[in-house]
Amino acid sequence: MARAVVTVPAQAKRGEIVEIKTLAQHSMETGFRRTQTGELIPRDIIRTFTCTYNGVEVYRCDLHPAIAANPLIAFTTVATESGSLSFQWVGDNGFTVTEIAPIRVE
Amino acid sequence: MTTRRDFLLLAAASLAAPAANAQVDPNLAANRKAAFQAALSKIVGDAKVQRGRVKLQLPPLIDNGNSVPLSVTVESPMNAADHVKAIHVLTEKNPLPDVVSVALGPRAGRASLATRVRLADTQTVTAIAQMSDGSFWSDSAEVVVTLSACLEEGLI
Repeated sequence: MARAVVTVPAQAKRGEIVEIKTLAQHSMETGFRRTQTGELIPRDIIRTFTCTYNGVEVYRCDLHPAIAANPLIAFTTVATESGSLSFQWVGDNGFTVTEIAPIRVE
Repeated sequence: MTTRRDFLLLAAASLAAPAANAQVDPNLAANRKAAFQAALSKIVGDAKVQRGRVKLQLPPLIDNGNSVPLSVTVESPMNAADHVKAIHVLTEKNPLPDVVSVALGPRAGRASLATRVRLADTQTVTAIAQMSDGSFWSDSAEVVVTLSACLEEGLI
């Protein structure tokens, strides 16, 4: 089972810029490596990462094989209203992980 | 019994085989350069890329190319009128030039990205930011990689 960890402050002041860190568990197989017998190992990576704040997309990444295994993505967003942040990773071979983190804005 | 002729043929074959395997594609450097230019023009089109406003941070000397901390920050007020629309990171000598493309807007608060990347070789890494007014800004960093991320042909 794939796992993902997100770090979001539990509460923030309105208009404050909050830092978000995300880490997904994934081998990010590049598709350029070979086995000992010389066969190419097929590509298996996370293609996109999306962060939505109460249903509005605030940050999106298109990832390529050059992203290291267990991709870490750290970014910021403006705390506008209380609600939830949803994080979604979508990749090859039907890989999908969704994490939801609540945030309280005062 | 092995005749002298057989022995010479075998010896010649065994010498020729590894030499052929180890041969690097002579067009590799040109192909990588063309791929980089293609990736760049796909992002910027005909627009001019100016230097500045973008700050790309990478360690100058990298022991292990498999996991290299990379961060990009772009100077921008990040309001509805003036913000960063996209950040792209490209490499010159990786098998694929694209590393990551970020789509963001004023809701991001700050135009920043921190992640970990793979680098195949000692090379120049470039970050390009697209502003809401359509202009492009860039920064590049030269890195020395001692252990490559992918030991494939051409990087032996």
